[in-house]
Amino acid sequence: MTITAPDPTPTAEIGGEPILTLRGANKSFGPVQVLRGVDLDVFPGQVTALVGDNGAGKSTLIKGLAGIHSFDSGTYTFEGAEVHVTNPRQANDLGIEVVYQDLALCDNLDIVHNMFLGREVTKRGMLDEADMERRANETLAGLSVRTVKSIRQLVASLSGGQRQTVAIARAVLWNSRLVILDEPTAALGVAQTEQVLRLVRRLADRGLGVILISHNMNDVFEVADNIAVLYLGQLVAQVPANSLTHSQVVELITAGRSGDVGIPRAALAGDTDSIPPVVVPTADPSTNSPLTGSDDEGSQA
Amino acid sequence: MSTTTEPTHEAIQDYAGGEHGISGALRDYSEKIRGGDVGSLPAILGAVVLLVVFTILRPDTFTKAVNFANLIQQGSAVIVIAMGLVFVLLLGEIDLAAGYTAGASGAVMGVTLKNYGWPWWLAIVAALVTGAFIGTLMGLLVSRLGIPSFVVTLAFFLGLQGVMLAIIGEGGTVTIRDETILSIMNENLKVWQGWVLFAIGILAYGYLTYSRLSRARKTGIGNASVSVWVLKLAGIALLLGAATYYLSIERSNNPTIASIKGVPNVVVLLVILTVALSFLLTRTAFGRHVYAVGGNAEAARRAGIGVPNIKLLCFIICSMLAATAGVLLGSRSNSISPTTGGGTTLLLAVAAAVIGGTSLFGGKGRILDAVIGGAVVAIIFNGMTLLGLSASYVYIFTGLVLLLAASVDALSRRKSG
Repeated sequence: MTITAPDPTPTAEIGGEPILTLRGANKSFGPVQVLRGVDLDVFPGQVTALVGDNGAGKSTLIKGLAGIHSFDSGTYTFEGAEVHVTNPRQANDLGIEVVYQDLALCDNLDIVHNMFLGREVTKRGMLDEADMERRANETLAGLSVRTVKSIRQLVASLSGGQRQTVAIARAVLWNSRLVILDEPTAALGVAQTEQVLRLVRRLADRGLGVILISHNMNDVFEVADNIAVLYLGQLVAQVPANSLTHSQVVELITAGRSGDVGIPRAALAGDTDSIPPVVVPTADPSTNSPLTGSDDEGSQA
Repeated sequence: MSTTTEPTHEAIQDYAGGEHGISGALRDYSEKIRGGDVGSLPAILGAVVLLVVFTILRPDTFTKAVNFANLIQQGSAVIVIAMGLVFVLLLGEIDLAAGYTAGASGAVMGVTLKNYGWPWWLAIVAALVTGAFIGTLMGLLVSRLGIPSFVVTLAFFLGLQGVMLAIIGEGGTVTIRDETILSIMNENLKVWQGWVLFAIGILAYGYLTYSRLSRARKTGIGNASVSVWVLKLAGIALLLGAATYYLSIERSNNPTIASIKGVPNVVVLLVILTVALSFLLTRTAFGRHVYAVGGNAEAARRAGIGVPNIKLLCFIICSMLAATAGVLLGSRSNSISPTTGGGTTLLLAVAAAVIGGTSLFGGKGRILDAVIGGAVVAIIFNGMTLLGLSASYVYIFTGLVLLLAASVDALSRRKSG
């Protein structure tokens, strides 16, 4: 199983209609404005990496998408129709599933139980174990998961990678259209990271939209089709992964701009007091090569 | 964009479908034990050891059929409270007030019978409603306000003693004369009824487990084995058959005056509760949610489970079962006094649940644990009393057994990570 290389063509040309479009999303908590006019597009069959420093607003953004709290303003379009998602259940009904960083699995239950947690299949008031087992098996097989010995194993006996696999499989069990993964590899070893990234890739290959939050640039470049960078609550760039280098992404994350990508230099200059001085190592000469700006990217869809 | 890979069933198949027989089942079981999941094994081994020891020490009295029937009646109230505690312990909570909930509910039953002349069934309903009310209050305080259950139920432990005194009157006792209620603990089924109960039990168990087995074999999932099923069923039939036979022996010293034989009435209640509550915990979405909340409350919440409601319901169930035990206590001693349900009742019930294999940390336990653990506790009390040991030794020994069971629980938890 090899990881499909990110498609060389730009996002908008291969993506077709985005599954999710966010325009001008704002969110404040009291006096603190956490998100400022965020534009985001997620395409079916693609992995969109959402990167940004701590406090950039990544969590707030996905919580807004998942309905844990709603945006203050902005338009949220899902599968072509404008939606107002105000609670997690609505997001689930639309086909949006979130795999949380701390997994949210019950150790004392087995894999099947966990995959159907809160949405158990019942027949005449009784749990329909056979049906749940069959569907769990199908889902795992469909994702080519071969690492678990038995789907009746307790989750406590699984490794970190296997647990993450179960959490992801749970997300795709419900005919989901969009899966949001919050740092799925943060606590994993090398081999397990590889295993989970392959699974993430496979989700996209099945036609789902995938948002991957990660701090690990290697992961991002290995699996993402396009990269969206959040900087102090602004989405400064969403560009194809192969159009950026590693260090450019780091620069975007830390300074909000890299070459011609990101916040226009003028805007940045006028706002210096709120931006900490950053020194970005720019050993890579390609840093200053011409690139498509975020504004173009955002409006293409 | 469909899946490009072939459905890869190899790995999933290697555990599935195959007839894996008795040796396979034994291997699975020993793996489970070594993994730290000891379940009821220590309790069953303990019960066997205790039975052997007491039989050797008191061969003339301990093994008598009359003592066996006694054992069941002594243990039944504790077992019923322990069944309720399983629900609360599964959440990782505790109910220290269950003993006095039994007492207060029993007092309500006694007073409505004696002072208001209510029929027996209405008095029992009144006791159950009392239990449900107490459970609702405690459950709301724990689940909505978030007060630790230890504190809430400790407060009720004290408060309910006062309520009982108020209901019964200082120093008083409410005698119970209602035939029906007294018969629960003091009468036996006719011998043939005992055997019918036995037959129904075995057939029901056999049918339920077989339908699960055949379904598992049909879908090819799970390690289903007919030979293991036959062995299990035969073992259970043998054990219960022996018990029924033993209870059918004449127990009266003077059979011509009053014949005492047959399975005690309360056994019917114990069987019904065991089956119904096990069904609730293992076969319904509610039961699954109870385990989920005990395992990881945050995960349960994110999965859309109403955690506070699950907690509230568990406290109500626990208190209603305690109320049922209150009826049994009243029936057994023909009266309700301010100390009914006090003393060691609660600690014995906690001990019964934990000895049986229910975890104090939540998320692990079965209704059957309460029955097995309750049997161990009853054997200890009964046997040591027959040995003529003073109460001091009995308490110390029971305390040690509870500590031992809690240690096994804590160690197995550490082992399974």
